[in-house]
Amino acid sequence: MAKRQSSFFRAVRLGVSSLLLHKLRSFLTTLGVLFGVASVIAMLAVGEGASAEAQEQIRKLGSRNVILRSVKPQEQGDTDSEMRVLSYGLTRDDFDRISETFPGVKRAVPMLQTPAEVRFSDNVCRPRVLCTPPSYKDVTQRELFSGRFLSAQDEASRGLVCVLSYEVARFLFPFETALEKRVKVGEHYFECIGVLGSRTPVGSVMLDPSSEAGGEVFMPISTGRAFYGERQTQIRSGSMDIQEVQLHEIVVEAKRDNDVLTVAQACRAMLSREHSDKDYEVIVPQELLQQAKETKRIFNVVLGSIAGISLLVGGIGIMNVMLATVTERTREIGIRRALGAKRKHIVTQFLVETMVLSGAGGLLGVGIGLLIPWIVERTAELETIVTPAAPILAFAISVLVGIVFGLYPAWRAANMDPVEALRHE
Amino acid sequence: MNDTAPQPGKEPVAELNDVTRTYKMGDELVNALSSFSFTFHRGEYWAIMGSSGSGKSTLLNLLGCIDRPTSGSYKIRGREVASMDDDTLSTFRGKELGFIFQSYNLLPQLDVLENILMPVMYQDEVPEGIEDRALHLAERVGLGGRLHHRPTQLSGGQQQRVAIARSLINDPALLLADEATGNLDSRTADEILELFDELHDEGTTILLVTHEQEVGERAENILRLKDGLVESVHRGRRGQSGATELFEASTPSTAAATRPGAGSASVSGSVSGSVSGPSSGPSTGGKA
Repeated sequence: MAKRQSSFFRAVRLGVSSLLLHKLRSFLTTLGVLFGVASVIAMLAVGEGASAEAQEQIRKLGSRNVILRSVKPQEQGDTDSEMRVLSYGLTRDDFDRISETFPGVKRAVPMLQTPAEVRFSDNVCRPRVLCTPPSYKDVTQRELFSGRFLSAQDEASRGLVCVLSYEVARFLFPFETALEKRVKVGEHYFECIGVLGSRTPVGSVMLDPSSEAGGEVFMPISTGRAFYGERQTQIRSGSMDIQEVQLHEIVVEAKRDNDVLTVAQACRAMLSREHSDKDYEVIVPQELLQQAKETKRIFNVVLGSIAGISLLVGGIGIMNVMLATVTERTREIGIRRALGAKRKHIVTQFLVETMVLSGAGGLLGVGIGLLIPWIVERTAELETIVTPAAPILAFAISVLVGIVFGLYPAWRAANMDPVEALRHE
Repeated sequence: MNDTAPQPGKEPVAELNDVTRTYKMGDELVNALSSFSFTFHRGEYWAIMGSSGSGKSTLLNLLGCIDRPTSGSYKIRGREVASMDDDTLSTFRGKELGFIFQSYNLLPQLDVLENILMPVMYQDEVPEGIEDRALHLAERVGLGGRLHHRPTQLSGGQQQRVAIARSLINDPALLLADEATGNLDSRTADEILELFDELHDEGTTILLVTHEQEVGERAENILRLKDGLVESVHRGRRGQSGATELFEASTPSTAAATRPGAGSASVSGSVSGSVSGPSSGPSTGGKA
């Protein structure tokens, strides 16, 4: 009973029993805070998940890498000529300069891309055919699904071997292993010696063999040069479009994380000096990572504002109800004052009631807020991450909202004239 | 003019001395009580009567320390309350005063026992054995078997009994009842008044505000107010029947209080009140 309980615990117990007199009203009042807290946690979880996924994808590019790519420059006039060779992009000289003279570069890996159909029996697809040295796998941190990647020996002997990405392998060989099968790439047959692990983001419905991320076939760069050369011929709407690109991509790996930006800067300086056209691009995953983090920060600020507004609305709702409650219970306040309650007792009483309301809303909100990411992950197949701080923070804020928005009603209650309060009907 | 000297064998409980309470009604100042002096002694049972606007509610609020006099002095058990700050006054109310209201004023969210213990809740120190006392009081008012009922589950009479038990929990100096029987049917009202009689016999000081002649007459003494002044002081049925022997022994007469033409009415003996009115003396004749 009332005797041995601490006054705070007793106040909470009293507050709860007062609130239980109006169950529906109390419940509805908590909804504002409930949704506020739940949305904070859910949005943070989804946002955190999306950001983690983005960062993971950037990391797949290799955080120590600087990726140089050839870009077809904007077409300038002279488009009528039936046969023309457009020559652009990174050159072997660029590659040599980078790999041999740049300090801070661990290794540079060239890549040549050729447009070719890939076919096995009746299955035809158009993945990117990448001609690379064996080190490409390590530098891009690809994982092997089965078999092996290109070897130095394949490179030296211009071996007729290829490695398929998981998506291509699944497309060409839906029901069997791709290993040791002979795949037709363009006009030539290559033996499949390995399959790489899938890079398609988790949650994508289809494994698309033509997609940028998934559709890849690898062959030794020496073989590629020998068979396809540096000219890529595409027949487009009747006209032949011939492009000459020496290297499509150079992946530069820095020795240490700290060197990445210096290397990127050096590459940019060198390329801008050597290339009059802007026929290349420099991709620095580490910079992208910075951008992703910045994006995430903005995202968090936006989320925080939304959460703040919803909690503010919830708090105002609570204050509204508490003001009505105080008026409605004027007589009770009079009775309590007559029976010896000091002002501070009345303040405590109503403040505790408000805090119980908002705290209950907060707790329920945390429960629902934890449930939503769980459901999202299972239905929308989006990755969500609930950081431990999110529910704690959200709950603490809900209690704080209770205090802030409970103060005024409590103050009003405490400053009533007992005589007037007792007379109130 | 004032006769507040303690009478032998009579311990003053509540002493009002030259108390004025002024309200502001619009631009006008209204004296609800003007230069009011009176002394209530321990063990007395007073009915305070008067038409509405006579000042009896104001007097009750002042006696109950929920209001403070505009001027003058008010002492309970010798302690001056007119100058107490809000917190002290609150604590004082809880400890020294028992309230009984017309509409019972129990808290619906608490059960019978918790309602009885309410005044204790706000005290800094919980007296030893207070729960036993609460149980005893519940028993005393005939609600021993309904300790954990909610007020809504009780009849009006039962609720008022809870309120009486609640008012007694701290052994108050004064029991203030404001139209305590106003909401009850006559049979239940009778039971409550009998309970008051019993409490009076046990030595509780009771001040009962009422406008019902019937109820007022049952008290020991009757204080009649008019326009913020004492209109008359005379004996009720209990006073005459000699229900309190102690009282009987030192009572000359109530005539002193009703002496005509006097600027002040002084009732010696147990009915010891000193009344001073600046404008008019109390009118003669107790009963209307």
